[in-house]
Amino acid sequence: MSEPTPPQATPATPPPPPAPAKPAPASAQRAPAPAAPASASPGEPASLGQRIRGGARGLILPVLAIFSALVIGAIVIVLSDITFFDRLRADPGTALGAALDEVLGAYGALFTGSLGNPGTYAAAFASGDLEQITRAFTPISETLLAATPLLFTGLAVALGFQCGLFNIGAEGQLYLGAIFGTFVGFAFTGLPWFVHIPLAIGAGFLGGALWGFIPGLLKARTGAHEVIVTIMLNYIAFNLVNFILKVPGYQREGRSDPISKVTIDSSWYPPLVEGLRANWGFILGLVAALLVSWLLFRSTRGFEFRAVGLNPTAARYAGMSIATTTIVAMTLSGGLAGLAGTSIVLGVTHTLTFGISAGFGFDGIAIALMASSKPRGIIFASLLFGALRAGATPMQSITGIPIDLVVVIQALVIMFVAAPALVRGIYRIRVPEATGLETFSQGWRA
Amino acid sequence: MKLELRGITKRFPGVIANRDVNLTIEPGEIHALLGENGAGKTTLMNVLFGLYQPDEGEILIDDKPVRFHDPGEAIAAGIGMVHQHFMLVPVFSVTENVMLGVESTRGPLQQRLDGPAARRRIVEISESHNLHVDPDALVEDLPVGVRQRVEIIKTLYRHSDLMVLDEPTAVLTPQEDEELFEIMRSLKASGTSIVFITHKLNEVLEIADRITVLRGGRVIGTTTPAEATEESLAAMMVGRPVSLIVEKDEAKPKDVVLEIDDLVVKDDRGHITVDGVDLEVRAGEIVAVAGVQGNGQTELVEAITGMRPVLAGTIKIAGDVVRLTPRSVLEAGVAHVPEDRLEDGCVPGFSIAENLVLNTYYRPPYSHGVQLDRDAIEASAAGLIKDFDVRTPSVFNRIGNLSGGNQQKVIIAREFSRPVKLLIAAQPTRGLDVGSIEYIHKRIVAKRDEGAAVLIVSTELDEVFALADRIAVMYQGKVVDILDPETATPQQLGLLMGGSRPVSIAEAEAAGELTHVVTTDV
Repeated sequence: MSEPTPPQATPATPPPPPAPAKPAPASAQRAPAPAAPASASPGEPASLGQRIRGGARGLILPVLAIFSALVIGAIVIVLSDITFFDRLRADPGTALGAALDEVLGAYGALFTGSLGNPGTYAAAFASGDLEQITRAFTPISETLLAATPLLFTGLAVALGFQCGLFNIGAEGQLYLGAIFGTFVGFAFTGLPWFVHIPLAIGAGFLGGALWGFIPGLLKARTGAHEVIVTIMLNYIAFNLVNFILKVPGYQREGRSDPISKVTIDSSWYPPLVEGLRANWGFILGLVAALLVSWLLFRSTRGFEFRAVGLNPTAARYAGMSIATTTIVAMTLSGGLAGLAGTSIVLGVTHTLTFGISAGFGFDGIAIALMASSKPRGIIFASLLFGALRAGATPMQSITGIPIDLVVVIQALVIMFVAAPALVRGIYRIRVPEATGLETFSQGWRA
Repeated sequence: MKLELRGITKRFPGVIANRDVNLTIEPGEIHALLGENGAGKTTLMNVLFGLYQPDEGEILIDDKPVRFHDPGEAIAAGIGMVHQHFMLVPVFSVTENVMLGVESTRGPLQQRLDGPAARRRIVEISESHNLHVDPDALVEDLPVGVRQRVEIIKTLYRHSDLMVLDEPTAVLTPQEDEELFEIMRSLKASGTSIVFITHKLNEVLEIADRITVLRGGRVIGTTTPAEATEESLAAMMVGRPVSLIVEKDEAKPKDVVLEIDDLVVKDDRGHITVDGVDLEVRAGEIVAVAGVQGNGQTELVEAITGMRPVLAGTIKIAGDVVRLTPRSVLEAGVAHVPEDRLEDGCVPGFSIAENLVLNTYYRPPYSHGVQLDRDAIEASAAGLIKDFDVRTPSVFNRIGNLSGGNQQKVIIAREFSRPVKLLIAAQPTRGLDVGSIEYIHKRIVAKRDEGAAVLIVSTELDEVFALADRIAVMYQGKVVDILDPETATPQQLGLLMGGSRPVSIAEAEAAGELTHVVTTDV
């Protein structure tokens, strides 16, 4: 999925102990009632225990997908050294040992680059130096930072999926959100932060919402397929950014390259911990996930979204308006993607350039797929993708394995998630009744 | 071919779908397989067809044990299946559909399709069994009954000696039923064994040589039409005596609730399919619209429920001309059981509880403002599945996983549980077993006795006669006659549905068959 992360300032400290933990936080909370994959076995009512087991079953496939992707990624690492076969012929033992070292080194670096190095944590806490402790947490901070826009775009795409809409336009909506949010960020002076930040967030939501409203309206009124319209709107958005960054008043004074004015610091998201780049944008993302979850599974509007997404004809018979539902869902989806734009501008770059999104909008599709469009799953999926992005740069600088490997792994994860039958086949898993991917497949329907 | 299923047991997590099932199909026999929805008929056929592996038991063909790992092996062994939902490519011709998968080829590399060779065989098969299928016609242009015959040709083309017909008459008109039975007799005469799966008891008695009844995954018994009656078969299927006649008192019609005046409606293709219909339904009576599928009944109902624009004419509900959108019609006190329950009546991916509030979710007590009240929804659902006898482990199960009868009961529960002035039910018992039919018919009559106006649309003559206080016959978009079920005969109704009114009535009157004709708007 497109290019790696933008400027990764902090280098991680070297020695990589290979101890990748399982990124599988088995959350055993109460599932969002009946909408969750409640494939309870017939006979008795779905107890809490069954729901937990249902939830754990839902995790098996993503975890195995990640594992399979890492295995194939390892093969790619080994084979990317073209001398491997020569060395294998000359001295198989040494060659295989070296290959293993290489793989463990790469994944070790990826791991420490995204979650931190146990040794560094230990040393930092032993020293008792606050600054050193903070620095030890840098990798986690970078992971959260990269996960923030992904969380928003993942939610945006998932909201569309739940309503049977395939929003490919999150990338463009993200840029629109960034354009609006940046403008509020630099144009309004003298505001206190508690006014300025909400205002900028609102503007960003509005920008994305506008870019979602258009395909929603076109689909509802004319039947134009949202996939095509959103793809085209992406192109318009990309060029709109380039254009607007050259408009006097938006472009930074004294610059000839496309770059916006610097936003005022009263609009910046405060860092979570002083000295680290991770900021309150991530917390906003978590709040957004909660709100989306409420909207989808607790509100009347969400009931309509899901009914229309699963069976539009029955929804119409039940008196729901397909047109209104489509427009509202696309608008909200766009707005969420717009918030991804503000989370980058107001949280990280503090200025708008063309390069602020490294395919966050497209990764959002992958994240929504991986999470079966469930907000809770999107939190974990965006953390995973954020970790891969955050760990990629240190991995390259330490082991010389190109960042592109991470893109390969991401793509493989998505492939395995999108092909559950493949994973089941490899690991001989019995087919459960509900795959949890129904929502996704609905999104493809014309 | 002689087929023997010996001691077949098939378990699914939590369910035993087939329990020690023994079944023998003799060569050239029509063997009916009866059972309620969920009795295990489909599982048994899937075991036979290699889609499932039995946990215990064996399959013998001509006394030799066989094992099928996939449908391909079953087909190769001479077993053919005609599914209820046809497996045809609409834009292909009959010949192309039939040869699909077993293409005849020619040329040095066998690289060219040999259409003419396939076509010749299709014509042969078609003629030997009087199928009347044009090998060059496109499947999409063919009526349902002919498509079914294409499926039959497909199995014969693959040299099947045993044919499984899965509810073949569910999609056919009464006339087409007769044609199918002729074909079945012809196949039987040529030595083909037939497994005939159905719900319809009269058909079983008419065509079958032997009848096996399944209930709860077990064989309850095997009998013959000579020994059995509809009542005895129904009792075997359900496990208790079933009343096949709906008991109801004389209707006491009151005010007019639905008043349709000179209604004109177009179908999806732009043809006028409802052409000047006048109809009244009064509180406390059941009016059945009878007609062969495709004579405008579907569009009539869609117009009343706000799903289809009205071109001309008026529809009054309880004396008011309501805005005809689905929701405002609903709020005017109309309940609607749609024709296609999975497509229009429910959201298969939703839980039972969610489906029960599909059209009332936005009102108290199910929601407050913008927030759903899950507790209220679940509590009400728990009550309804008890009241309406929906067999399900819990209200959280997806409705899509229930049997057809239980799905329909959920929809009935949703529509019948709120106060309604007008109840519209289209094909309310299509594809259901006798137990469910009995139950739903009772509920409909109870709704009438509560004072609702009831409009039933049905293509089943039995159902029309069982329920109706008045019968409106639709033919080519018009109500051609209104009959009194007390005095009308099925023959008379069948003729009217077939459109042969002028001649037949003259004839019938001459023959003294008609005792009562109410002429209305024709």
